[in-house]
Amino acid sequence: MKFSVTVTLKKDVLDPQGKVVKNTLQNLGMSNLKTIRQGKYFEIELDETDLSHAKKKVDDMCKKLLANLIIEDYKVNKIE
Amino acid sequence: MKSSVIVFPGSNCDRDIAVALEKMQFKNQMVWHKETKLPKSDLIVVPGGFSYGDYLRSGAIAGKSLIINEVIKAANEGCLILGICNGFQILTETGLLKGVLLRNKNLRFINKDVNLKVSCNNSKFTNKYKKDQILKINIAHNEGNFFTNKDHLKELNDEDLIAFKYCNENGEVDTESNPNGSIENIAGIFNSKKNILGMMPHPERMIDELISNKDGINLFSSLQN
Amino acid sequence: MKITEQVVEKHGLKPDEYANIKKLLNRDPNLLELGIFSAMWNEHCSYKSSRKHLKNLHTKGKQVIQGPGENAGVIDIGDNDAIIFKIESHNHPSYIEPYQGAATGVGGILRDVFTMGARPIALLNSIHFGSPEHKKTKSLLNGVVSGIGGYGNCIGIPTVAGETKFNSTYNENILVNAMAVGHAKKDKIFYSKAKGINKSVVYVGSKTGRDGIHGASMASAEFDENSEEKKPTVQVGDPFTEKLLMEACLELMKDNSIISIQDMGAAGLTSSSVEMASKGELGIELNLDKVPCREDNMTPYEMMLSESQERMLIILEDGKEKSAREIFKKWDLDFVVIGKTTKSNNLVLKYNNVTQGEIPINALASKAPVYNRKWTKKKINKEKIDFKSLKRIKLEDALIKILSSANHSNKKWITNQYDQMVMCDTAQKSGSDASIIRIHNKEKAIAVSVDSSANYCKSHPLTGGKQIVCENWRNLISVGAEPLAITNCLNFGNPENPSVMGEFAECVIGITESSKFLNYPVVSGNVSFYNGTNKKNISPTPVIGGVGLISKFNKTINHLIKNEGNIIILIGKTFGHLEQSAFYEEIYSISEGQPPEVNLVNEKNNGNSVLEIIKKDLVYSVHDVSNGGLIVALAEMCIGSNYGLKITKPRKLTNLFSYFFGEDQSRYILEIDKKNLDKVEKILKNNNVFYENIGVTQKDYFEIQSELKIDIKKLYKINNQWYNNY
Repeated sequence: MKFSVTVTLKKDVLDPQGKVVKNTLQNLGMSNLKTIRQGKYFEIELDETDLSHAKKKVDDMCKKLLANLIIEDYKVNKIE
Repeated sequence: MKSSVIVFPGSNCDRDIAVALEKMQFKNQMVWHKETKLPKSDLIVVPGGFSYGDYLRSGAIAGKSLIINEVIKAANEGCLILGICNGFQILTETGLLKGVLLRNKNLRFINKDVNLKVSCNNSKFTNKYKKDQILKINIAHNEGNFFTNKDHLKELNDEDLIAFKYCNENGEVDTESNPNGSIENIAGIFNSKKNILGMMPHPERMIDELISNKDGINLFSSLQN
Repeated sequence: MKITEQVVEKHGLKPDEYANIKKLLNRDPNLLELGIFSAMWNEHCSYKSSRKHLKNLHTKGKQVIQGPGENAGVIDIGDNDAIIFKIESHNHPSYIEPYQGAATGVGGILRDVFTMGARPIALLNSIHFGSPEHKKTKSLLNGVVSGIGGYGNCIGIPTVAGETKFNSTYNENILVNAMAVGHAKKDKIFYSKAKGINKSVVYVGSKTGRDGIHGASMASAEFDENSEEKKPTVQVGDPFTEKLLMEACLELMKDNSIISIQDMGAAGLTSSSVEMASKGELGIELNLDKVPCREDNMTPYEMMLSESQERMLIILEDGKEKSAREIFKKWDLDFVVIGKTTKSNNLVLKYNNVTQGEIPINALASKAPVYNRKWTKKKINKEKIDFKSLKRIKLEDALIKILSSANHSNKKWITNQYDQMVMCDTAQKSGSDASIIRIHNKEKAIAVSVDSSANYCKSHPLTGGKQIVCENWRNLISVGAEPLAITNCLNFGNPENPSVMGEFAECVIGITESSKFLNYPVVSGNVSFYNGTNKKNISPTPVIGGVGLISKFNKTINHLIKNEGNIIILIGKTFGHLEQSAFYEEIYSISEGQPPEVNLVNEKNNGNSVLEIIKKDLVYSVHDVSNGGLIVALAEMCIGSNYGLKITKPRKLTNLFSYFFGEDQSRYILEIDKKNLDKVEKILKNNNVFYENIGVTQKDYFEIQSELKIDIKKLYKINNQWYNNY
């Protein structure tokens, strides 16, 4: 089973990288750009057949390591 | 000789390289990244630091600035270009040098004096050094792990385009003396025309014996030669 | 929102403080006003528990241009050059989010320095963690070191010195103290005192978000089981923006546009505007709808209490707005006129022309509570440990155990993560007694060091306070610098506890005593209370950051042995005081007993003599004796050098362990060329300094006659493995 995990900064947390990337794109001519938030993307493949088990495992991974829950949120999606 | 140092928001080593250039008798000008024209220069330096905070990828954003187009033009006309540390990263992002600087193998910022072997002294930048001379130069970076594809690596070796390699105090190029995981211990490379040098170590930090040593001086005197 | 008892408590205010607020306002405050009082009246901003004691600090001297009370302290180093420096704590945020907590600590202290017109030239830090075995220590260590490096390296200021300690007292409450040192021209120093009516109040830097709302209140609250819930208040640092902000401010400071300037640190817009107005005895009116916001729908409450980083408040001269705005535009930073100075003596907050809050400035500043909290003296514990009753250990084994311990191991693992060389003026990097920064384009240099002795302070705060100033002073002398002034960060537990308050009071008395005697005044500093969790307070940890001057800098002096065949002189008398030593702590886990006595007369005399010897170029290397005692200091001189030593056993056979591990004060070790011995002895005899010729330098081995002989390469290995193994 394959899952994708997207880790992004929590809503109210400053994203210095997103800010600079947005300004640069605007300077390169991209108009109508409101905000950009930068995050991390993981693809996780598990040797599991039970969906809920697998989901829980990935969730655990996020909580324990992939996301810094103090300043980040995460979203898990099944890919295949 | 006339030099220009490009200053990006976040460049930190611009003052350091300007001091070194002036000490070595260059007539130097600082050029703000928003300028659209470069002063007439024999040497253009892209300095070290954290341009744009190293956000997104080191050197990625600086590589898209207005002044870079002028630097590319000048490079194509044969002007000498020196990229140090973040400058090297910027040159790879613009394509003026092939290859890429990845995160250090041990995933930490590393600041220390390392031994460098002068692999090629047949260039405008290194002619005052002896071949295989061992230098002690300071490095300070998070993304200094040079990587490139097989073809480019072959070209670098065949055409004698590797300027410096990390080595131990006896000149042996081995894993232990490689601070960041760079392929073949590569610390600096030339482009095929040898008018562009990109290097991770900081020669501008090695020009004053009171602070460090004088091993960087010959890079600048080579250029004056 | 109605203001209930609960709301008042959540704002960190006690019922009597709330009653006082009502009295000062002559009415009930609204929520915005309550928030502002809570920020200005908490410990971090008001110093309510410490002010009474801090008033007694020794803060004057010929070399002092500005003492405590400004953003940072300023000292004169001659030729129109000034050094501006300060140390500050960021303990609580670093425990919660170590990387960002440490990073924003660095950012904050840098702003305190460049806001006064100084280009920062060095960063130092004093970081304290719980015991290595504690489950959180490893990740905290990693996070804090990465954060300090991440911020300092990016902004391009060398992190040149520091100290890292491990002690179970910090298990649930680590300490992260960051110090910045900057160089300015004496006639171009900027202060925070507002001047003139109807002057523009300008906001520059990053946009305002919801970061750290109530961070200042959090710093004044102890951690408990609900600490994890306090998470959202941690700010994220942006060193890139700070670099832009620093360059923009320094550029603006080149002419006469600025009347006053202050950075927005703890309690952000609130503390900066109130402090500027209070110092200038003026009022200030802010139009909050003008504040650049990062998030939508921010309320006045949020704007006033936000601790978003990388922002400054400037009061501008008339007619300078256009040129100033251009500078900030060049550096891509927000520049907005958000208000003006008034003659009303009030803080008036408007939003779209409607007044949201109005508070007399002095209610927030000069009329903030000052407490004379009850405190108890620490009784001196004269108990002497019966050494003979302890389990036998070989001298060599004891030495190895100490040298390989967390607290004594070489810190290269940490310092290699900091860029020490950027700006090309770092003449002596971390690793020696003090680091040396050359003043750019000048012949002079400054020496810097940061030190603490929590164990001494715990066992006897008065002596501990006295001692740590002396140790810091000694460290500067050891590199040939004339110590000029100090900044202090006083990290203590809950001041409402009389014995903690007593630790504070007595440490301050001790610091003052040494500081006065040595002409080593305190010019700036910070107090951090409430370091503790669940009713357990940390050991009192005053941290001293010192700056000294080397007026004609042409070579560095460090502690490494330079050659074989030289003589080793020990300056200062050895009494063999083992209580509170590293030896007792590491080998026997003994923490009872009193710290070694501090004799200020000897301290001054010995130090001045060593400085004279260094200035006359009569010495190769110098090392002061501190934690670990004589044998550890001697070993340190060999580790990293190419040479060893051969030390003779003390003639009067005292207990060997007392002699070698005792931590008597005022001592230095000198490596002297035989040909200079006469001249050196003459100086020492002239000054009535006690000294002993204790051995010679040699190749290859660290040797104590008939007791131990270790290959220096082995010593190096022992001392360099802890961090890598951890």
